[in-house]
Amino acid sequence: MKLRSAIYLASATLALAALTLASALPSGAADKVDPVADAKAFQKFFTDKFPKVKFEDFVNGPYSMNEDLYRQWQEKEQFPPYEFALDMGKEMFAKPFKNGKTYADCFANGGIGVRQNYPYFDEKEGKVITLELALNRCREANGEQPYSYVRDEMAALTAYMAFTSRGKLMDIKIPNDPRALEAYEKGKEYFYTRRGQLNFSCATCHVQSPGERIRAEILAPAIGIVNAMPIYRSEWSGMGTTSRRFTTCNSQIRAVPLSPQDDEYRNVEYYLSYVSNGLPISGPGARP
Amino acid sequence: MASTIRVRATSSGETTEVQALIQHPMDSGFVKDSKGEIIPAHFIQQLTFEYDGKNVFAADWGGGISKDPYVKFTFKGGKKGDELKISWVDNKGATDTTTAKIQ
Repeated sequence: MKLRSAIYLASATLALAALTLASALPSGAADKVDPVADAKAFQKFFTDKFPKVKFEDFVNGPYSMNEDLYRQWQEKEQFPPYEFALDMGKEMFAKPFKNGKTYADCFANGGIGVRQNYPYFDEKEGKVITLELALNRCREANGEQPYSYVRDEMAALTAYMAFTSRGKLMDIKIPNDPRALEAYEKGKEYFYTRRGQLNFSCATCHVQSPGERIRAEILAPAIGIVNAMPIYRSEWSGMGTTSRRFTTCNSQIRAVPLSPQDDEYRNVEYYLSYVSNGLPISGPGARP
Repeated sequence: MASTIRVRATSSGETTEVQALIQHPMDSGFVKDSKGEIIPAHFIQQLTFEYDGKNVFAADWGGGISKDPYVKFTFKGGKKGDELKISWVDNKGATDTTTAKIQ
């Protein structure tokens, strides 16, 4: 109980500080954004809050928070439910398009072991490019129809690409471009902004309360949460991408979800991935 | 298309532990799709694991079993290198069979 009131107090102080900052901002505000310090503070918050959890274990979401669940998961991992999607993704990845090219032609290193570099900031376009977006653009550039961003084929493809990148450390870069910093800042803002009828922000569950129950579920910590994507969720009885997670999170707090791969979602993925830098890719994951 | 059945069977001398994952929609027949139309029942009715010409495990399933079901059991006997035959039949008459070597 003490800890919790301390957190509330801390967040209230933070909010106050942010307010004071915001009112003092107008001129030269942009150079106050410091992602390096952000990421450090973010990681420290979780390692301080959960001193017993090994740093690289945070990518295992709810399993890192609960011993019983951890054991169940270890058993499940011997026969993971995402296996069918993984095989399907592998097959799809290798199969050439009608024009004879493959996905491998669209990605660095033939698309193998590159998951940790996504999302990245495209300086030409001035926007964040996620792996799902890059995959669909690859399809369209080769005269194929784009896939749905949330499930099935897209989840299978990203599952395979994540699998080939397992163990590699998340490595998101923010180039020296004010727009990249802006995208990062907007993502951060989205993450901490309350919305929906329940008035939750992403942080309400995944920063304030990881490890606690929300009905029968155990909340995952925000840090490393994207490293496990895409996931097989038993609740969905199927695979889902990061987009599916974002949209369903929004509807669960009774907010109106945005469209998958809208700028806001891309920015928040950019922010979340950046602060998870240094944690290994563990996708595809299995979640209750 | 690869097989719909994944099996791992490991012998520990006296007993053999079998784990299997089967890819199947297992529609109960009570669920509606996004257009409000009922998704017809489509589920596995019979699942058998055969070793040395005998059934070591048989299940009569219905629509209450989850999608992509997972089964785990152990049976007495079973030698390393021997074959285990797994097959299922669903309510539409579709079927799949595979064999796995006991490890």
